[in-house]
Amino acid sequence: MKYQVQENCLTIFLPREIDHHNSEELRKESDHLIERNHIRYVIFDFKETDFMDSSGIGVIMGRYRRIYMLGGEVCAVHVGERMKKILTMSGVTKIMQIYEEDN
Amino acid sequence: MENTNEMQVIFDSRSSNESFARVTVASFMTSLNPTVEEVSDVKTAVSEAVTNAIIHGYENEVHNIYISCRTSGQTLYLKVRDEGKGIEDIKQAMEPLFTSKPELERSGMGFSFMEAFMDKLEVESEPGKGTVVKMEKTIGKGRRLWTAQSL
Repeated sequence: MKYQVQENCLTIFLPREIDHHNSEELRKESDHLIERNHIRYVIFDFKETDFMDSSGIGVIMGRYRRIYMLGGEVCAVHVGERMKKILTMSGVTKIMQIYEEDN
Repeated sequence: MENTNEMQVIFDSRSSNESFARVTVASFMTSLNPTVEEVSDVKTAVSEAVTNAIIHGYENEVHNIYISCRTSGQTLYLKVRDEGKGIEDIKQAMEPLFTSKPELERSGMGFSFMEAFMDKLEVESEPGKGTVVKMEKTIGKGRRLWTAQSL
């Protein structure tokens, strides 16, 4: 997993596939970074991601709760058609802004 | 019967096998000539069912998970079975957002995803005996008959 911290913003470069198997690592590492760096904004970068199941939704909702309590926000970037479908179906688009970019 | 094909796999209930399970079913269904979208739908459903068997059925102990697949015509029939602890209340388990393990940050959307991505979903379970998830999906439904326009 790749992460980038810029001031109080954490970008999580999500892996190609997000399932139950790797969601635990994702959760632990990102929570560690959030705590250590006083993170208020989390960006989920889906550029590399072509598969995600409901385990990934669990990770997003969990981080949202954490960040929301700290008064921050979460958002998603580089969201492809498939991921958009999954995110919309699960309802997390109600709590998380999706920014569409061309690059 | 003509035009049918079958496949079975048995594997350990380890989370590292989740991607193996999805890819196996995905490659089995290629004979139905599915779209990328249809393959993704089936992969998601398989992933949900197998994850349920690992986390809830066997509660992270390592035992066998059984997948059997059949194609008949353009329809894929899929069964994911475990011999784990079973589900007490299937109706409740299938409710969107219900999860028996909130501490694990499960979203409670496993069955909703299976339902949304497949045409049919049926769950049979007996506490102490195990669970079978049966799913169906017809491939190529409503696809346009032409793929390219002649110039």
